[in-house]
Amino acid sequence: MRGPKVLLLIALLVCAGASGFAGAINPYYYDILISIGINILLAVSLNLVTGYTGQFSLGHAGFMAVGAYFSAWVTLTCGQALGGSPPSATGLFLLALIGGGFAAAAAGLVVGVPSLRLRGDYLAIVTLGFSEIIKGVIQNAEPLGAQRGLGGMVQHTNFFWTYAFVALAIYGILTLVHSTYGSGFLAVRDDEIAAESMGINTTKYKVLAFVIGAFMAGIAGGLYAHFKQFIHPEGFNFLKSVDIVVMVILGGMGSTAGVCLAAVILTILPEFLRTVSDYTWLPAPVRELAENRMILYSLLLIVLMLTRPQGLFGKVDLRRKKP
Amino acid sequence: MSLLEIENVTMQFGGLKCVNDLTFRMDDNELVGLIGPNGAGKTTVFNLTTGVYRPTAGAIRFLGRSVAGQRPYKITGRGIARTFQNIRLFSSLSVFDNVRTACNMHLRHGISHALFRGRGYAAEEKEIHATVMELLEIFGLAGMCDRPGASLPYGDQRRLEIVRALATRPKLLLLDEPAAGMNPSEKEHLMQLIRFTKEKFRLAILLVEHDMKVVMGICERIVVLDYGSKIAEGTPEQIRHDPKVIAAYLGKEAA
Amino acid sequence: MIEFLQQLINGLSQGAIYALIALGYTMVFGVLRFINFAHGDIYMLGAFAGFYTAPKLLALTGGGPSYAGAALVLVVAMALCAVAGVLIERVCYRPLRAQPRLTVLIAAIGVSLFLENGGQFFFGADPQAFPEIIADSAIELPASWGGFSALTVTVGQVIVIGSAIVLLAGLRAVVMHTRTGMAMRALSLNPLAASLMGVNTDAVISFTFGIGSALAGAAGILTSIQQPSIDPLMGINAGLKAFVAAVLGGIGNIPGAALGGVIIGILEALVVGYVNPTYRDPLVFVVLILVLLVKPSGLLGKPEREKV
Repeated sequence: MRGPKVLLLIALLVCAGASGFAGAINPYYYDILISIGINILLAVSLNLVTGYTGQFSLGHAGFMAVGAYFSAWVTLTCGQALGGSPPSATGLFLLALIGGGFAAAAAGLVVGVPSLRLRGDYLAIVTLGFSEIIKGVIQNAEPLGAQRGLGGMVQHTNFFWTYAFVALAIYGILTLVHSTYGSGFLAVRDDEIAAESMGINTTKYKVLAFVIGAFMAGIAGGLYAHFKQFIHPEGFNFLKSVDIVVMVILGGMGSTAGVCLAAVILTILPEFLRTVSDYTWLPAPVRELAENRMILYSLLLIVLMLTRPQGLFGKVDLRRKKP
Repeated sequence: MSLLEIENVTMQFGGLKCVNDLTFRMDDNELVGLIGPNGAGKTTVFNLTTGVYRPTAGAIRFLGRSVAGQRPYKITGRGIARTFQNIRLFSSLSVFDNVRTACNMHLRHGISHALFRGRGYAAEEKEIHATVMELLEIFGLAGMCDRPGASLPYGDQRRLEIVRALATRPKLLLLDEPAAGMNPSEKEHLMQLIRFTKEKFRLAILLVEHDMKVVMGICERIVVLDYGSKIAEGTPEQIRHDPKVIAAYLGKEAA
Repeated sequence: MIEFLQQLINGLSQGAIYALIALGYTMVFGVLRFINFAHGDIYMLGAFAGFYTAPKLLALTGGGPSYAGAALVLVVAMALCAVAGVLIERVCYRPLRAQPRLTVLIAAIGVSLFLENGGQFFFGADPQAFPEIIADSAIELPASWGGFSALTVTVGQVIVIGSAIVLLAGLRAVVMHTRTGMAMRALSLNPLAASLMGVNTDAVISFTFGIGSALAGAAGILTSIQQPSIDPLMGINAGLKAFVAAVLGGIGNIPGAALGGVIIGILEALVVGYVNPTYRDPLVFVVLILVLLVKPSGLLGKPEREKV
């Protein structure tokens, strides 16, 4: 099947080409573009766990944190040693990024295995718990800056690397999910007992989903760390996990296109809301409310569940109750 | 060596013995019926055989090796497949994909092939496609292969479940009340289908069913359960006249 | 030994708070098989209800802190929280009852976030001082108790533990000896059969939410007697610990929730006193993970089997 691989190649070339122009863009919009890319990566990775495999995870920010801190620590400690010539610096950055991915994947394994027996509500709480534990560990780790945060990273993240990884992630997930091998994920989501009875090792798929999802979130974390150049444990708390969950739910669980679109919308939305305060023709309370992103997010969640639980493009029929 | 040996199996939930010291065996290519009043423990026997439950006591052997308490997917790997009393199709998947998931266990390639998509991957996917379509053709579902599995009419859904189970290449097929909710002509078709399946795929079939016409019509041998214990075993003729069976279904006066 | 007893007493009074909140989680789970993520925030609403109504209510009973005034504040807060709980259920959860559990879980997260952020918006994000509704002071233990007289027991602690016991007894009376209570129990065992037997499912569920929320509101007031600093996010921590308490005791099991609350409260006090205060919050997660790994049905719960 040459189709997907050719598409991937084209996508990567487009990224390389577009990154040439990226330097000419207004820094504010460039910022948003990179943020969109990172958010797409986060949303797509959580979608594998929650949307395609049906494991509701409220702790995805924890994996992002692992990737962010690991890669930051690597570039900070080894960066000076290497001297800083551009190719080696970039090479180190990539190594750090991938390393962060693997570190996050290991965390995914640690979270995934005990969570195997748990369903729905319980799984959500436990994943939240693990994420808080990860945050707690970071907060007490001096080499990682503890409560003060960690800064001083070189801004290696650029348009090309961000979107190259986005392209790779989307390629990976789509090819996986459409293959016979990957249909196992969907089977686990739809009916675990039936899946087991049809010869599918549900444990393997659940753990695999967590591990792959965590890996990608780790990469996203690394990209974030080398973009903002400063990271803090509170940036990877429950609210961050909710941010990512909202993207997946708005996009429609199990729809990669949907969550990409949702990621774009939800990255731009806060920026747009910020400008609302300039519209003096709106009454002051409305403007004040618009600045409070979380109130609107929470209302969005409630309204979405009441009116269109399948989100924008969701294929999973969330309206039918399982037998 | 029998195909399936259930030996002194007991399944106890708290104070309730769902299956009580049950023993029976099945050989290759047999069509055995498992009947009994509601609550007799028939589906529990299925669940025990397929690994959904672990027996409290006793042994279950398939092709000589124990399967008691094993993970269901491993037991399916050994060659036991089943359908469910309440249809359990993969609701978000198409008819085709429902069957395709059951081909997972026979994949020669793993995750790296799915990702890198070399020539081996394409060949195997083609093979799987052919296998699935062939199965769907045989059971008359090929025309609907792209429809969501859950949108099929009830009778077709039951057939789809059987097709899906067959895709795992079993040696023993457990059918849990396949005739439930069918009208008489559908039941006729089902009886032919089951006989055909058994011959074409050279399987043994264990059938749980309430409809006596279906059971008496196709089963070579029948095992009767009541309150978890075996009360009779024999040919349809023998069972039809067995006073214990009649008493179990109709009460002592009728026997 | 004295030190240990002191920790026990402190833990007991904190545990009483957790128990009251845990009851709401467990009752709602019992009738709906659903974890009300927003329950901890009802506890916060209770505290703020008291904050805003206390001045006027205390004025009615003579102007200063008093037992009558405190009781009035407690009852009013409980009533307001009951209304809030019933309203939330009616608007956000009832329409989703036929949906898969994930949908309503997400809606609950939405409600929780709305209450927290809305609280910050409307009440102000900074911690505020809860008015004194009871003159709290340490109780002088008689010298005849020997070494035990060195223990510090405050009036507040006695009130908290005492009120919790009274409320728990009241709950037990309702659940065991009233028709609505029986309906609740029937619903938790078999919803379909209960409704077929004439139980008004909607009304009973509303009632359950009402009682659970009232108890959480009571917890909010009782806690403010001892820790007068309240803020809109106070429900997160307490709610989480109470949830773990409910799971520890066996979610869906009412005595279990009370037991779990007390255990968590005491464990917390012991860890803070003997090990390390910074482990106070992560402790609950460790307990939760252990319970779910070892005995998911909790101390007093029965394992639930999925029918195949």
